[in-house]
Amino acid sequence: MAVANPKELKSQNGNRTAERVIEVVEEARVLTGAQITCAALEAEGVTTAFGYPGGAVIPFYDAFPTANLHHILVRFEQWAAMAAAAYARVTGQVGVCIATSGPGATNLVTGLADAMLDSVPIVAITGQVIQPLIGRDAFQEVDIQGITLPVTKHNYAVQRIEDIAPTIKEAFHIARSGRPGPVLVDIPKNLFSERAAYSPVEFKGRRGYQPSLVPNMRQVRLAAEMINKAEKPLIMAGHGIMISGGEAEFHEFVEKTGMPVAFTLLGQGCFPESHPQALGLMGMHGHKHVNAALGECDLLVNIGARFDDRATGKIAGFAPKAKVVHVDIDPAEIGKNVRTDVPVVGDAREALKLMLEEVQPRQHSEWRGWIESQRNRVLEAALEDYPEWPEPYTIIKAIRKATNGEAIVTTDVGQHQMWTAQHYGFDYPNRWLTSGGLGTMGYGLPSAVGAKVGRPDLEVWTVVGDGGFQMSFNELATAAQEKLDINVAVINNGYLGMVRQWQDLFHSKNYSEVEILGPDFVKLAEAFGCTGIRVTKHEEIAPAIERARSINGPVVIDFVIEPEANVYPMVPPGASNSDMVHERFDQNEL
Amino acid sequence: MAAEKHILAVLVEDHPGVLNRVVSLMRRRSFNIDSITVGYSEQPGVSRITIVLRGEPYEVEQVSKQLYKLMEVLKVTDLPERESVVHELMMVKVATKGASRAEIMQIVDIYQAKIVDATPTTLMIQAAGGEEKINALLAMLRPFGIRELVRTGPVAMTRGASGTQIKSHAIAAD
Ligand SMILES: Cc1ncc(C[n+]2csc(CCOP(=O)(O)OP(=O)(O)O)c2C)c(N)n1
Ligand SMILES: [Mg+2]
Repeated sequence: MAVANPKELKSQNGNRTAERVIEVVEEARVLTGAQITCAALEAEGVTTAFGYPGGAVIPFYDAFPTANLHHILVRFEQWAAMAAAAYARVTGQVGVCIATSGPGATNLVTGLADAMLDSVPIVAITGQVIQPLIGRDAFQEVDIQGITLPVTKHNYAVQRIEDIAPTIKEAFHIARSGRPGPVLVDIPKNLFSERAAYSPVEFKGRRGYQPSLVPNMRQVRLAAEMINKAEKPLIMAGHGIMISGGEAEFHEFVEKTGMPVAFTLLGQGCFPESHPQALGLMGMHGHKHVNAALGECDLLVNIGARFDDRATGKIAGFAPKAKVVHVDIDPAEIGKNVRTDVPVVGDAREALKLMLEEVQPRQHSEWRGWIESQRNRVLEAALEDYPEWPEPYTIIKAIRKATNGEAIVTTDVGQHQMWTAQHYGFDYPNRWLTSGGLGTMGYGLPSAVGAKVGRPDLEVWTVVGDGGFQMSFNELATAAQEKLDINVAVINNGYLGMVRQWQDLFHSKNYSEVEILGPDFVKLAEAFGCTGIRVTKHEEIAPAIERARSINGPVVIDFVIEPEANVYPMVPPGASNSDMVHERFDQNEL
Repeated sequence: MAAEKHILAVLVEDHPGVLNRVVSLMRRRSFNIDSITVGYSEQPGVSRITIVLRGEPYEVEQVSKQLYKLMEVLKVTDLPERESVVHELMMVKVATKGASRAEIMQIVDIYQAKIVDATPTTLMIQAAGGEEKINALLAMLRPFGIRELVRTGPVAMTRGASGTQIKSHAIAAD
C-alpha cells in the first residue's frame, strides 16, 4: 500500500548519517551546565519561564540571578505548564516551564497533555536525580521520559553536558515547527554543576522530522475545484489558521469565496465573529444555525482543525450531505475520524495562499440567507436583553461590552466555559484561550497569568467556575507577587455545573457529588492581597466589571448565579449535531 | 473481524528507547500487533523493526502515519506479502524415546530443518521459513512432546532488486 512518506527529502545532505546536524557557530566559553542551559534558552529568545524549584534543579536555579531570564514562581507545577502554554498562545513564542525531578515533574504531566491535545508549543525542563542514582529508585526519581511519552510531541533524557545545548536547540525547533506541541527535556542534576565549553549551536535538521509545509498543488486544485462547484459550502475554521499565522489570508479567502464560517472551540478568533460571514461556534454547544448549516452543506472545508468528537457529534450524522476537504499539517489527522474526499496536507497559511489563486469569487447569498433563517431568534432575542438576574449569559455579554471585545479572555472548564465561548464574540486572533482537547479544570487562572505576562499591554479576563477556581486559586498568589492586572470572573453556581447538567439531562436529575461548597471568594481574594467583589443582582454586573477594570492588580468578582442554569443549545453526547436540544427537556423526549 | 494481515518494515534511528516509543504508540492507539522484531539494518545507525499486524487498509495507513510522527522513524513500508519473503526462526526441544528418535530425524529432514543440539532424551531442532511451514513442522513434532519452544516472529523483505531503503537523508528545509 502506498502511504506517502511525509519525511521524503526536500533537500539533499550528501552522505551525512548523523541524525542531528548541529553546527558550532561561535568560539567556546567554559560554563556550568546550568549556565549552558540558560544560554541555550536565551539563544532561543526565551525571556520568561514559569517554574518551581526543588532538589534536582537547585544547581540550575543557581544560574538564574545572573541570567537574562524572568522566572515566575508559580504555586503548583501543573499551572507552570498551563501558564507557559497560555504565554505561547498569546505571544507566538515557545512557552517554557521548569520543575524539579519526581513530584515536580509528574505535576507537569497534565499541562503537557493539555498542550499536546491543543497543539501548543512549550518546552518543559525537568531536573533528574544524579546519574549514578538513575534506575535505583532514588529519592524523587521518576521515569519522566517514560511517563510523558504519549503526552509530548517528543522528549529527551540528556546524558552528557555537551548534549544540553544541541538538545535544547532541537527541542525548541520541534516544539514550534510543523504541528506544534510540548517537548520535555530531562537533565540530571549533576550535569547542571559540571563544566564544559559552550558555544551556540545551530539546528540544521533531523532526518526523521520533516513537517510538510507546502501542500501538493494537485490537491490544492482539486480542493479549489470543489469549492468553485459547491452550492452550499461551509468552512470549519480551526486553531491551525492562527498557529500558521494565516488569519489575513483566511480573511481574504473567506471574502473571495463567499463561504460562511463555522468555528471550532479553538478556532474562534481566527476570523472576526462580527463579520457577516462568521456564523459562530459549532458542535456540542454550538449555535442552532451553525449546526443546521453543517447538516445541510454540500461541501465542508475544514481548515486547520482535527475532527474532534465534541465538534462533530456522531460521525454518521456529521455533515451527512457534504464532500469533505481537509487542510491539515498533520497527515495522520486526514481520515482519522472523518472520511475525507480531498486532503490538503500542509501549513494552513501556505494552503490558503495557494487556494486563493485557484478559487473563483462567489457570493452564496441564497445559502447564507437560508442559514440566517435557521437562527434561534427567540433565544437570541431573550439573550439580547435578559431582564432577570441571575442569567449567566448576561455576565459574559457585559464583559464583552465593557472590554469592547478586545480583551484576552481565558476560561476554566464547565458551563461558564461554554457560555463564554457562545457569547463573548471573538474578533481578534489569539485572545481566546481555553482548554479544548483535554478540558482541564483549573486552566482558567494560570492561563490568565501566562497571558498577562506575555501580553501586559492587553486587558486580561478569566471566566472560571466555582469548582475549577478551587483547583487553581493558589495562583492568585503568583498574580499578586507578579503584580499582574488580571480580572477573574467566578461564575458561582455552587455546583460542578456541567456535571450537574449532564446528571440533570441524562441521569434523571440524580445529583451525585456535584454540590460544591466554596470559600467566601471575596475574603479569599482579600487574603491573597487581591480585591474581591460580590455581585448578586443584575444591576450590579456592569459597575462591578468597571470597578475591576479600574483597579490595577488581580481582582476577583464572585458572580452568584442561578444554581441550575443550563447551557443551551446542546447536542446530547453520542447524538448527531442536527439533534440539538434547545431548552430543558427530560430523558423521555430524547 | 477478518482483517487482512500486514507486514510493516519500519526503519528507525538506532537509539535507546526507540522500540519503547513504537510499542507504546501501538498500545495507546489500540493497534493490535501479532509480532514485532527488531535488529540491525544494512545502514549503520539504523535499525529495522518488522511489525506484523491485522487491520483494514485505512487502519494500517493510520498506524503508518502515526509511526511517522515519531522523530526516530525514518521510513515505514507496508510490504506486499505475496511479493515478499516472510520468514521466521523457530527453535524447539522435543522429547525422544527409543524409536521416536529416527522418526523425528526423518521429519526434520523433510522440512529441511536442522538438529542443533542433542541429549539422550531430547533433540533441539531449528527451523527457518514461512509461518505455514513452521506451523506444519510443529504439528508433526507435537505428538512426541514439546519441552520448550521459541519463535522469533517473522522478518520480511521484498523480492527483486529494489529495497526499502531510505532514499536519502531527510534534512529540514524550513
Ligand atoms: C481536572 C478535571 N476534573 C474533572 C473534570 C470533569 N468536569 C468537567 S466540567 C466539571 C464541573 C466544573 O464545575 P465548575 O468549575 O463549578 O464550572 P461550572 O460547570 O459550574 O460552570 C467537571 C467536574 C474536568 N474537566 N477536569
Ligand atoms: Mg460551578
